[in-house]
Amino acid sequence: MSSDRYEMVVGLEVHVQLKTKSKAFCGCSADFGAAPNANTCPTCLALPGALPVLNEKAVELASRAALALGCKLNRVSVFARKNYFYPDLPKGYQISQFDQPLATNGSLKIETPEGEKAIGITRVHMEEDAGKSLHDRYPGETAIDLNRSGVPLIEIVSEPDMRSSDEAGSYLRTLRQILHYLRVSDVSMEEGSLRVDANVSARPVGQKELGTKTEVKNMNSFSGVEKALDFEFARQCAILDRGEKVSQQTLLWDAGKGEARVSRTKEGSHDYRYFPEPDLLPLVLDPSWINEITASIPELPADRKKRMAEEYKLGPEEIDQLTVTPSLADYFENTARDSGDPKASANWVMGEVLATVNASGSSVDSLKVRPADLAQLIKLVRDGLVSHAAGKKIFSLMLESGKPAAQVAHDAALLQVGDETALAGWIDEVIAEHPEEAKRYMAGEKKLQGVLVGFVMKKSGGKADPKRVNQLLMSRAGGG
Amino acid sequence: MAVTHDDVRHVAELARLAVDDDRLDHLVSELNGILVHMDALAQVDTKEVEHAVFAPVDSTPVRADSGSPLKMLNPLSSFAPSVKDGFILVHRLASHEDSADRAP
Amino acid sequence: MTPADFTSLSAVALSARVGSGEIAPADAVQASFDRAATAGAGRESLNMILWSDHELAIRDAHSLAEGMAAAGRGGLLAGVPIAVKDNIATLGLPTTCASKILAGYVSPYEATAIVRLREQGAIVVAKTNMDEFAMGSSTENSAYGPARNPHDIRRVTGGSSGGSAAAVAAGVVPLALGSETGGSVRQPAAFCGIVGVKPTYGRVSRHGLVAFASSLDQIGPMARNVEDVALAMEIMSGLDAFDSTSSSREVGGYRDQFMSLATSPAPLEGMTIGVPEEFFPENLDDSIRRLCERSIDALKSLGAKVIDVKLPHTSLAIPVYYIIAPAEASSNLARFDGVRYGFRTDMAASLRELYSITRSEGFGPEVTRRILLGTYVLSAGYYDAYYKKAQAVRALITRDFGSVFGDGVDALFTPTTPTTAFPIGGITDPYEMYLSDIFTVTANLAGVPAMSLPIGRAAGLPVGGQIIAPHFGEAAMFRVAYALESALGTEAHQ
Repeated sequence: MSSDRYEMVVGLEVHVQLKTKSKAFCGCSADFGAAPNANTCPTCLALPGALPVLNEKAVELASRAALALGCKLNRVSVFARKNYFYPDLPKGYQISQFDQPLATNGSLKIETPEGEKAIGITRVHMEEDAGKSLHDRYPGETAIDLNRSGVPLIEIVSEPDMRSSDEAGSYLRTLRQILHYLRVSDVSMEEGSLRVDANVSARPVGQKELGTKTEVKNMNSFSGVEKALDFEFARQCAILDRGEKVSQQTLLWDAGKGEARVSRTKEGSHDYRYFPEPDLLPLVLDPSWINEITASIPELPADRKKRMAEEYKLGPEEIDQLTVTPSLADYFENTARDSGDPKASANWVMGEVLATVNASGSSVDSLKVRPADLAQLIKLVRDGLVSHAAGKKIFSLMLESGKPAAQVAHDAALLQVGDETALAGWIDEVIAEHPEEAKRYMAGEKKLQGVLVGFVMKKSGGKADPKRVNQLLMSRAGGG
Repeated sequence: MAVTHDDVRHVAELARLAVDDDRLDHLVSELNGILVHMDALAQVDTKEVEHAVFAPVDSTPVRADSGSPLKMLNPLSSFAPSVKDGFILVHRLASHEDSADRAP
Repeated sequence: MTPADFTSLSAVALSARVGSGEIAPADAVQASFDRAATAGAGRESLNMILWSDHELAIRDAHSLAEGMAAAGRGGLLAGVPIAVKDNIATLGLPTTCASKILAGYVSPYEATAIVRLREQGAIVVAKTNMDEFAMGSSTENSAYGPARNPHDIRRVTGGSSGGSAAAVAAGVVPLALGSETGGSVRQPAAFCGIVGVKPTYGRVSRHGLVAFASSLDQIGPMARNVEDVALAMEIMSGLDAFDSTSSSREVGGYRDQFMSLATSPAPLEGMTIGVPEEFFPENLDDSIRRLCERSIDALKSLGAKVIDVKLPHTSLAIPVYYIIAPAEASSNLARFDGVRYGFRTDMAASLRELYSITRSEGFGPEVTRRILLGTYVLSAGYYDAYYKKAQAVRALITRDFGSVFGDGVDALFTPTTPTTAFPIGGITDPYEMYLSDIFTVTANLAGVPAMSLPIGRAAGLPVGGQIIAPHFGEAAMFRVAYALESALGTEAHQ
């Protein structure tokens, strides 16, 4: 293998499903999970005579994404028909945009080992999704479900600016996070709300012109994209090493086998015959509307990380963890504000909160313990009213009951006992039950103090304040 | 520009129309007989209007995201040729690779 | 008045009598069915009607009567039986576009135009024969055989809305709907001696009209007089949330405007009517030319100023039309694939064959020809030379109208067709057939409103005169048409 003599050149096409209630061109629900073909109407079934009408929200979400990616939002864009036959494409064409897309000329900054790098965004355009074909459900037949037919998408096309699979991975993770922060999409590759096709070519190091590219499809995770790129790059390098030419073709990634197979589709058999969609007029955006959308763009991940690092005096790794999703960052910031203790808040959010969220698979937004509740718990621990161990127990009880921390601590009798009479009583009992150890301790065998404290803690059910127990035992042993 | 047999075969393939060989000759001459009249357009100077063709006046109207779909008085199963468990059925694709036929 | 006479009434007159209780809706519907039977409207003779359901129509009439009794009044089309071209979606009756590929298909929703007509009390009694998917000028390209002209059964009705034109001409219904892409209402209206309208593009919702060429298609009314088509236009026109290309412009009270001038000795006073020389070529049929001249004289005597005008790009309209319309059609007809509705072949061994055999068996020769032509002009390497160029020339054609109407011309007068109804089977060359749209397609390409009305007969066959108006100038168009119709009187049918 001689891949170090070649350079990888990658451009990515990312399809993102927009988070709207209804479909792009009809009023059908865009939700997942309905019975097959339940969310369909004359328009998305392409019944004779039915026409498309554009969803306002789809335009808004697409525009927000394009602006956040630094694109120029075109005042006039034109919908076009992309014609091809496929059983889950009811009209025989997809409504997309072609030579006049929604937005052009953006860029996205990614982190690389060599520092920050800008990846060009060629264009962002709007289009509709196709339905779903299930090939394995019935023998000899393909089952079509058109619930997804007509759901709004944007396609984000990058320049061929990435030079390694790591850069491609970094681009995808950065892009996903931005889209997440914009709340324009669920951006889940597993659920299909984010899909990636890659164009990859190899060229000798130092060469200016691009080599012949191939298109790799069918990856279903970011790591799959990285693996597919490495696989395809190595395949192209081997071809070039043999003095042969790479042919322009489409490959399908097989995640199970860890290899990409050349698709049998004939090149040139696709002729999409694009032409302007006559059922829709051009989309004309009002400059004042564009200003409104620009103003509605929230703080994006890079800015937020920078601000939070300064404001809360946290390290880069902590910040990365806390800003994975905008919801988690909001949760942390609210907790830190209410508790006045960013460090403890960070530890709780990265510890108990993330563990809970990850275990349940649901969003932090649906967590029963709200930031104000967690802040109250943090204060109880800080003020010594509950032990750290009891704090964790209180947290899990709060998750179940949704009740405030103080009440849970009280109800479960988890408030620490610092009261001398109660503590002295437990110490007396422990001395009576363990006379041998007590005698040796009193005689000066200091290392037994820990054992006796442990007995007292056990007897109190964890409620005794260990600091006070230590002090009391020491004073009984004669002040040291 | 004259249409060839290969052109018609290619276009028939794109349009998913089966054209048998007997019909092909006939179609080639018919299409050429029609297209010869279209050559007149090539002579017309359209520079002035080329950019004005799609000059927009109004934007395409938009609808609110909340709307409900147009109701269907009869369900899909009343008119679809083959339906099972709510799915529309067609012949199975020759192989899974045909899914590359789908545009991105 | 006996039931047999009901069918001689105009839509306006019939709805007035139904509204006043003089005629029951069911009797009006029954009279229509009786007339269809005696006129031989069915498959075996004139072949103008593809689908009808007597029981359903009578049921609709009874529920209309109940609704009227409850409301204490009837709508503007109370009890008026209407016939609808088979490419307009209706509930209860099939919508097949006279194509095998939609055999048996019944739409689960209804076109906006139909919904609006029904709201005013209209009753759909028939779906009418047409050229398959509206592709044709003679109604010979129907999967169910040609319709026949009631004036001479050896001749065509014109097309593609031939069945609707014949049903009106034969007195089966006072009002019918057709659709236009390049003249498909006006040309059969001329051939059958009735009035037909192509509205401004965007005036009537296309929702529910099975698309042929989306940038050209419009639903249009057909009737025996101008007042009836104007009434139908008032009802059907206006913004529709289901059609992005429908216009929000206010709909005029067309009838009020021309009726207010009905008693005026010079109802066209102050109007300028242009006569475009390109529509009167040297080889124009002499009798058609003479009838047009008679109408032009009438327009002058009605007070209009008549001037010669030029629409210099007219000769390019047919080539432009036969690129744009097939291109859009090739895409619009991709949905007829045998997957979700309509005909599906049982000969297919694979999905690929399911598509190609279904479509080859389902579409007739003219539809196949146009899909191939349209696919070709959009395909890689030809798009710029054909489709893009055609769109540019279309802009020039539109500009021709813009300059004429911008120069103070209120409407244009031309013949509707270069010939009268030709014999069935008389034209076999596709391009020669396309030329029968030569005077009508420009209005579709430019999007302006146009209509045909009877202006006399040549060798016993009806001849139509065409009035073309500026965008959303339906009011002016109807004003001219109504005045001319009144001035010609019975001469319009002589």
